[in-house]
Amino acid sequence: MANAISILSDRLRWEEKALYKSALSMGLKASIVDAKSHTLDILDESSLPAEVRESDVVLQRCVSHYRGLYYAAVLERFGRLVVNSFSTSLISGNKLLTSLELAKRGIPTPRTYVSFSDDSAVEFMDRHGYPMVVKPIVGSWGRMVAKVDDRDDASIIVEFRRMLQDPTYQVYYLQEYVRRPPRDIRAVVVGDSVVAAEYRYQPPDDWRTNIARGGRAEPANLREDEREIMLKAAEAVGGGVLGVDAMETEEGLLVHEVNGGVEFHGVSRATGIDVASKIVEYVKSIARR
Amino acid sequence: MVIKVQCNECGGTIEVPDDALPGEIVSCPDCGTEYEVVSVDARAGRAELRPAEEVKEDWGE
Repeated sequence: MANAISILSDRLRWEEKALYKSALSMGLKASIVDAKSHTLDILDESSLPAEVRESDVVLQRCVSHYRGLYYAAVLERFGRLVVNSFSTSLISGNKLLTSLELAKRGIPTPRTYVSFSDDSAVEFMDRHGYPMVVKPIVGSWGRMVAKVDDRDDASIIVEFRRMLQDPTYQVYYLQEYVRRPPRDIRAVVVGDSVVAAEYRYQPPDDWRTNIARGGRAEPANLREDEREIMLKAAEAVGGGVLGVDAMETEEGLLVHEVNGGVEFHGVSRATGIDVASKIVEYVKSIARR
Repeated sequence: MVIKVQCNECGGTIEVPDDALPGEIVSCPDCGTEYEVVSVDARAGRAELRPAEEVKEDWGE
């Protein structure tokens, strides 16, 4: 059983503080490690911070995807147990890799296409028909997620993306626009259970439901079949602590995202569930194995 | 209790809770500049801050 956990962080949010307090209240030795403050030697385990070396498990909670991802890679190289693992973070941090895993397992997800140039993206959207949704393959909080209503929108988005330095913007992740109620469902999956779920209502002036964009949260009670889909989606990216987002359609739920660095302040407040404690209990239990 | 620190940007007064943890973000109420807490010494009534990182493209969930 885990006696000591380290919370790896680069910006202490409500979530990391809640995890830290939960761990302490469960009698664990807990520490918060700032991922920005040191350099790791990949040949020398003693370069890991002392708190990490003394912990049974590291809860990776960096707000920067790449910082957390590659820090996890180094930790795993030294045999450290990290939640989420490098592999789970890699897949869940990339919308295309996530979609591929969902598709491989037959988990219902919006129809997704990939173009590898500006021209083919516009040509495809024209042929497919509008509206369509264009998303960055890495990114969060609904940032740069665009609804494309016609060819003019498509041309402008492509033109803007061409100006961006990040080469991943030349990979066009295109999705069908799904007709849904003005909300989606966020389920927080911890290990093999859905510990909390919320409806996220889009704000009046946006089609996106992200809480970071002003979306409103209300508790959601999932049916057993819906719960199953959420769990399968989490498992598809490798499992751990995940935020699975799905839309309600006449054919059932469609999973559109699986988030590896799930923020749970909103869902904790909306449902009254102590999500932080559920996460710490899970982390404690896997370290025992 | 709060520890008062002067904002480098505008000279405003930032109030840092004396139980703040290193890594927490505090912002200047006057200009909104964000700072990261480096350390807090509640007994001495001192807090060390540094400018917080700005939001990057890979930030999020």
